Amino acid sequence: MIDILDLTADVLVVGGGPAGAWAALKAAQAGADVLLVDKGYLGTSGATASAGTGVWYVEPEAKAREAAMASRENLNGHLSDRRWMARVLDQTYANINELAAAGRYPFPRDADGAELRKGVQGPEYMRRMRAWLKRSGVRILDHSPVLELMTDATGAVAGVAGHRRQIDQPYRVRAGAVVLATGGCAFLSRALGCDVNTGDGALFAAEVGAALSGMEFSNAYAIAPEFSTVTKTAYYSYASFYREDGTVLDGAGSQRGRSVIARELLHARVFARLDKADAAVQAAMRLGQPNFFLPFDRMRINPFTDRFPITLLLEGTVRGTGGVRIAGEDCSTGIPGLYVAGDVATRELICGGFTGGGSHNSAWAMSSGTWAGQAAARHATALGPNARRRKLTAAGRTGLRPTGAAADTIAELVRAVRAETHPYDKNYLRRGDVLTASLATLNEHWADARAHLRGADRLASRQAAAMLAHARWMYTAALARTESRGMHKRLDHPESDPGRRHRLIVGGLDELWSSPDPVRPHTPLDLAVA
Amino acid sequence: MIELVSRGRCITCDRCIAACPTNVFDRGPDGVPVVARQSDCQTCFMCEAYCPTDALFVAPNVAPLAEGDPLRDEQYLESAGLLGSYRAEIGWGHGRTPGARLAVGPDLHRPTATTPKGP
Ligand SMILES: Cc1cc2nc3c(=O)[nH]c(=O)nc-3n(C[C@H](O)[C@H](O)[C@H](O)COP(=O)(O)OP(=O)(O)OC[C@H]3O[C@@H](n4cnc5c(N)ncnc54)[C@H](O)[C@@H]3O)c2cc1C
Ligand code: SF4
Ligand code: SF4
Repeated sequence: MIDILDLTADVLVVGGGPAGAWAALKAAQAGADVLLVDKGYLGTSGATASAGTGVWYVEPEAKAREAAMASRENLNGHLSDRRWMARVLDQTYANINELAAAGRYPFPRDADGAELRKGVQGPEYMRRMRAWLKRSGVRILDHSPVLELMTDATGAVAGVAGHRRQIDQPYRVRAGAVVLATGGCAFLSRALGCDVNTGDGALFAAEVGAALSGMEFSNAYAIAPEFSTVTKTAYYSYASFYREDGTVLDGAGSQRGRSVIARELLHARVFARLDKADAAVQAAMRLGQPNFFLPFDRMRINPFTDRFPITLLLEGTVRGTGGVRIAGEDCSTGIPGLYVAGDVATRELICGGFTGGGSHNSAWAMSSGTWAGQAAARHATALGPNARRRKLTAAGRTGLRPTGAAADTIAELVRAVRAETHPYDKNYLRRGDVLTASLATLNEHWADARAHLRGADRLASRQAAAMLAHARWMYTAALARTESRGMHKRLDHPESDPGRRHRLIVGGLDELWSSPDPVRPHTPLDLAVA
Repeated sequence: MIELVSRGRCITCDRCIAACPTNVFDRGPDGVPVVARQSDCQTCFMCEAYCPTDALFVAPNVAPLAEGDPLRDEQYLESAGLLGSYRAEIGWGHGRTPGARLAVGPDLHRPTATTPKGP
């Protein structure tokens, strides 16, 4: 191992998906000296980079905006907030237009030559963001996962520690402010692009005292061909679903009928065929998302005429909505010096209890990234040069600093977390008694990990700890919400309870707690009551 | 999973080593990358997109292929037009139109209302 690398920055951004990239760009535009570190590579890493992404880009016309905000409120359990939706629509509109001009993104054009700005291709988008960040003076360290936050004497976040894995060198950054943009948690399910999303940022935030919100909305599952990783559930709105013997699976669908697929998959195989797509749609699909066809082309399957087996892959909080609770309009967390953006933050403010595919997530990533980056720059400027002279204390616990004899239990823990989170009859089709048993098992693993976990691979140790923490927050919230709302469906409580239309905060590491959020969502329902 | 690094095509530019988000490659002694951690491959196809000489092939399967599978055979992949096919489709590489320019997908909310054809 090489000697530790010591760095400084005004703003340190953790994670180089769209949320981190926008945070870094906006902090740099505000005059801050910015360093961005990623576990993988800014450009290819994270849930956006390998996929195609619809964007919530809506012209600033009152009627269109009203329709956009109203469209999902029923589905999301009326937990989203109109003020945040309006802000996100404004910010996304501005950012996408900036991406077209200063960011040089090649949007497609319609017959009249006008650019169509409602979607981006992940690889092109993130490659352009990288080039744009370099032009803006942002420093980037790839393959340099953060392992923990560092705090000053007052408990404010003042830096990070991590590891440059390709040269086996530890590093430390002193910074005026830190933005966490590490994405959600998909529990190493192999869902496209999501294996870097192990919930690291939520663990770091909780270790310095931040709370989480919406963790019950964490059971997103996406359709993929059985043998593959390519999840694009939206395209399956053109599919019919079949049993192995070729009979139609009644009630199965890509949206509301997904639980029918899950139930069937518990004991049998399910097949799909995109037989509702006509020739024009087929051609558009290929242009819209070429990688959707890679598994088919390479396996010589024609998805429009052949039936192929499918599975449901867990996407956890990547296409769920839970994450670190946001304390203010600037995406602060309540912990001085710490900001959150993108999937690591709760998306309930605009998505409530449901997101699935489509546009809100990318809009949230770029909007929250913008606000977090700007606020972090302001915070660092206010601290001045003294920010870099603070005495730092490492905040990392489980997986780094066991209280007892160290043991490399990574593989065993990852197996255990997967066994409690992936199965459809535990996480998707939820029931109180099953959740209680799972949580008890996970709590035992946590106690053991806290006491002993420390593998030679420090990143893998921390990923295991982060996934374990995530799973426990998920089930704590899922048990506390004794109703069905948004994507959280309880078989033992199938109805929504009007008295529970509030967000739910969870927190803690060794001891978990949960409570209703005192901040009420600002929705048309609330306005009607007021 | 990543199944092929073509020694004949590789120009040892290191790009895939940098770009792979899960750090699957190591630099071999002669500069040609080696698949050092195949089990970490998340089958995201990004290394293919970044390789300037179409020297890499990612099989769509989540598990490693068996010895003798055609998708591990460079000659087969070349003749089937599969080497570099993803890079071509997203329009990356000299003289190509970026796929992003043409990426107008289907309407995802109102699929055409034909009934399923049955078995
Ligand atoms: C297949 C798929 C399709 C989707 N389609 C759409 C769509 O059409 N429309 C839409 O709006 N949304 C869509 N989404 C959701 C969208 O991709 C995410 O909401 C978005 O990527 C979130 O951005 P992010 O920057 O927060 O996280 P990510 O893009 O996941 O980026 C997180 C980054 O953090 C890095 N990181 C993680 N841990 C660490 C660490 N410890 N240290 C340093 N770096 C770390 C990772 O390497 C990664 O680069 C889709 C998601 C998937 C999986
Ligand atoms: S497919 Fe993705 S994870 Fe696998 S080697 Fe290529 S870049 Fe790495
Ligand atoms: S990107 Fe292609 S050419 Fe460059 S080192 Fe990798 S395999 Fe070789």
